[in-house]
Amino acid sequence: MAKIVKGSEKSDLVATSGERLTGKELGTAVVTTDAFPNPGLPPHRQRVTDTNPQRLARAARIVAWLFYLSIAGSIFTIFAYMFFPIEDGSTTSIRLSTLYIGLGSAFALLAIGIAAVHWGKAVMADKEGVDERHPVRGTDETRARAVEIFKEADEESGFSRRTLIRNGMIGAFIAFPLPAIALFRGLAPMDEDPNNLMKHTFWKKGLRLTHDPTGVPIKASDLTIGSSVHVIPEGLLDLPEAQMLDQKAKAAVLVVRLKPEDLHWTSEQRKNWSYDGIVAYSKICTHVGCPVALYEQQTHHLLCPCHQSQFDISNECAVIFGPAARPLPQLPIAVDAEGYLVALSDFDQPVGPSFWEREK
Amino acid sequence: MSQKPETHRKRGRRSPVAILLLVGIGLITTGAAYAMATTATASAQVDLMSPQVIDEGQKLFAANCATCHGQQAQGTENGPSLIGVGAAAVDFQVGTGRMPMQGNGPQAPAKPVQFTDEQVKALAAYVASLGPGPSIPSQSDLTGGDAANGGELFRINCAMCHNVAGAGGALTEGKYAPELKNTSAVHAYEAMLIGPQNMPVFNDLNLTPSEKKDIVAYLEYLKENPSPGGLELGSLGPVSEGLFIWIIGLGAIIGLTIWITAKSN
Repeated sequence: MAKIVKGSEKSDLVATSGERLTGKELGTAVVTTDAFPNPGLPPHRQRVTDTNPQRLARAARIVAWLFYLSIAGSIFTIFAYMFFPIEDGSTTSIRLSTLYIGLGSAFALLAIGIAAVHWGKAVMADKEGVDERHPVRGTDETRARAVEIFKEADEESGFSRRTLIRNGMIGAFIAFPLPAIALFRGLAPMDEDPNNLMKHTFWKKGLRLTHDPTGVPIKASDLTIGSSVHVIPEGLLDLPEAQMLDQKAKAAVLVVRLKPEDLHWTSEQRKNWSYDGIVAYSKICTHVGCPVALYEQQTHHLLCPCHQSQFDISNECAVIFGPAARPLPQLPIAVDAEGYLVALSDFDQPVGPSFWEREK
Repeated sequence: MSQKPETHRKRGRRSPVAILLLVGIGLITTGAAYAMATTATASAQVDLMSPQVIDEGQKLFAANCATCHGQQAQGTENGPSLIGVGAAAVDFQVGTGRMPMQGNGPQAPAKPVQFTDEQVKALAAYVASLGPGPSIPSQSDLTGGDAANGGELFRINCAMCHNVAGAGGALTEGKYAPELKNTSAVHAYEAMLIGPQNMPVFNDLNLTPSEKKDIVAYLEYLKENPSPGGLELGSLGPVSEGLFIWIIGLGAIIGLTIWITAKSN
């Protein structure tokens, strides 16, 4: 509480602390008193276990029994491991084993915790005590001695005097983390230009579109209106596993068939990129690269499950909602002499999310 | 009124643990009863080619479907033509209660079936008689699939919408892919065949009949095998798991800390 007291006022003022003040002594000073006086400790209240010896004995028994229950829980865990083994590998046995081992060990630990707390609260002596905090600041002698020690150490080591050594040491500390930055280069492909790798996929002119995961080529006549097919390029499955997955991550394509009149093209060039209502788009979202494949066959919307970007297949996969900034790249397709769907070329732009050198 | 406080005194307070236990027991018993009540029922044997059945179907159609789909099932501005959609489409749409539709909305949801099994089959027979289309799969189309291969095909073709555990998921503008845990094998097979509503079509050249059989086997496997990790929480991933841990887990921790710091009475 603060009161501004004007010196000219004649009336006596009483501060909340009860001290009697007069106008002359104060001048224009601001009198502050502690707004929240120390309430002190509440009066000691006895627990039931303090007044009633029977209740005390009961609480002590409960604590002891909780510790015994914990022992029982631990033993139960051992038996659960023995009697619910994961031997046949079925999900039921895995579930039972983890359930009972978990229940047993959780019970064993929880009983120890509850017993300890109950012991402390109900059985142990109940007294309020005050521990005064000692001041954080050291004595003047210790402070002076500390300064002395630093000076002595500087004198004896020559840290300030021998600048050559000192600067060498600072330089060494700065240089030490540099290799870690250089070593990051090892995470990028070593034998090829990473930019080039990101700009090209496995698709090239004449490659057939095949089913994922069987690799069976797809005929245009296989697809009825409303169909959606998950597609990988022909020959992808012949690659070694690791390489195949790297390539699949870029080359995955979704093929859908809709009524030709439902497709609206704004670019002249793209009119030749589809076949009788069959279109192929990259499945890699242009936002952060999730697989976009939630196709709605009536609205022709394509939804990315990660951040809800929506693309309109009937409109060159334009973004109609969400954080994606660019339409999904289209794979130009046609039909070969045997009726199979083939790629006309690779994608005309890099698939997936942006990177610095994308436009170069 | 004057006696009440006294009787309260005598009974004492009911332990909060007892309330939790009661709620738990109630949940488990209702869950078990529900699981028992929703077991699959055998399909009725109806000859879809017999003229009497088709005639019966036509009458049902005129009374229940023609308002939107037209007297000859030719379609109106309120509903698509049903010529050539096949018996499978009718068995799916009517057999899961999606049709007759209750009202216009982003999606026709599954609801209690409005017809008996014989009536559904009669409607299917009538629509199938209008033009060739996919027929209702037989029992041999549905059993004996390879669940492992079905799982791979499901993850490639279905999981992005229906969730890898078949728990369903959201689509655009209020539509959703329904959960598949309560979908019967025959309805799952028919859905792939016909591509109902916004689901794409998976015809027999896209997913061969044997591949469809594998996917159905995977769905049956999911139904029969519990999750090895214990409580599934709807198999919805971080949404329901986060809700559980933030409310139940954190609630328990807060309760414990209050108990630890409160003075014993």
